[in-house]
Amino acid sequence: MKYISYLTIGIFFGIIMYKSEAASWFRIYEMFQFGSFHMYGIIGSALVIGVIGIQIIKKYNIKAIGGSEMNLHPKKKSIARYLIGGIIFGLGWALAGACPGPMYVLAGAGYSSILVVIAAAILGTFVYGLVKDKLPH
Amino acid sequence: MNLIYDPWPWYVAGPLIALTMFILLYVGKQFGMSSNLRTMCSIGGAGKYSDFFKFDWKAERWNLMVVIGAVIGGFIASQFMSDNIVKINPEVAEQLSTDYGIKSAGEAYLPPELFASEHLTDPFVLSILILGGFMVGFGARYAGGCTSGHAISGLSNLQLPSLIAVIGFFIGGLVMIHLLFPLIFS
Repeated sequence: MKYISYLTIGIFFGIIMYKSEAASWFRIYEMFQFGSFHMYGIIGSALVIGVIGIQIIKKYNIKAIGGSEMNLHPKKKSIARYLIGGIIFGLGWALAGACPGPMYVLAGAGYSSILVVIAAAILGTFVYGLVKDKLPH
Repeated sequence: MNLIYDPWPWYVAGPLIALTMFILLYVGKQFGMSSNLRTMCSIGGAGKYSDFFKFDWKAERWNLMVVIGAVIGGFIASQFMSDNIVKINPEVAEQLSTDYGIKSAGEAYLPPELFASEHLTDPFVLSILILGGFMVGFGARYAGGCTSGHAISGLSNLQLPSLIAVIGFFIGGLVMIHLLFPLIFS
């Protein structure tokens, strides 16, 4: 039963990604060309609401379902891993025109070539796991 | 405008993405899509090669359900809710066409020049898909998150590490589009 709710959340998310065109290679290209406000508006408006909502959750100590704490852990402090990892991610995001969420959405939309991108992303994750101890974090 | 069939504007999509994050927080989870790639590695037996993949992946099954949902959502949206055409800024479309020969802007959802399955046998196209995907997977795990984990969840929680990561995302994206695309595509 619980899995059905996660499945529903995923369907909801997938439809948003596809219908907002955030899963389109063209929109990602256009964003990095500063050709439209669209993508900035999506991320920006999600963020404004996200920041306000999380402040409210913290102020009123709102709990998750069942009374447990919300999953809002601070991230470990560092610069190297976030900056270098972020740059590598950004290079791939702009080239493939898809980040991890939209990749799955595009697979469902029937673009079989995206399966190559997903397989390569899994491979990239695997290689990171192999070499992570040699990288600056 | 036709709410179901037309593309959703940013002021509809952005708040709905925030809602997705809040629903996941409310059920005691967090919004992050790239961690599924690590889970898939573990399921595939990657724990034999690195301790990074030795974790209780069964605890992450909920997130795989979100992934399966996203696949279904993509199917529903593309089949029943969209004409599968993305109209971008005409100047950007023109530039893509004249500089890089990608002439499909305004006619498709993804450029068939890169994503049509018959081009998978073209080593150039195949390399782009593999290289792009590889960097997304490697970079997301190195940075500890992707667009959902850092740009939405982390920044919403005012995390400085997420700001650094998102600055990195944009440095990488801008370098790719403005410095590397001219070398790759022309």
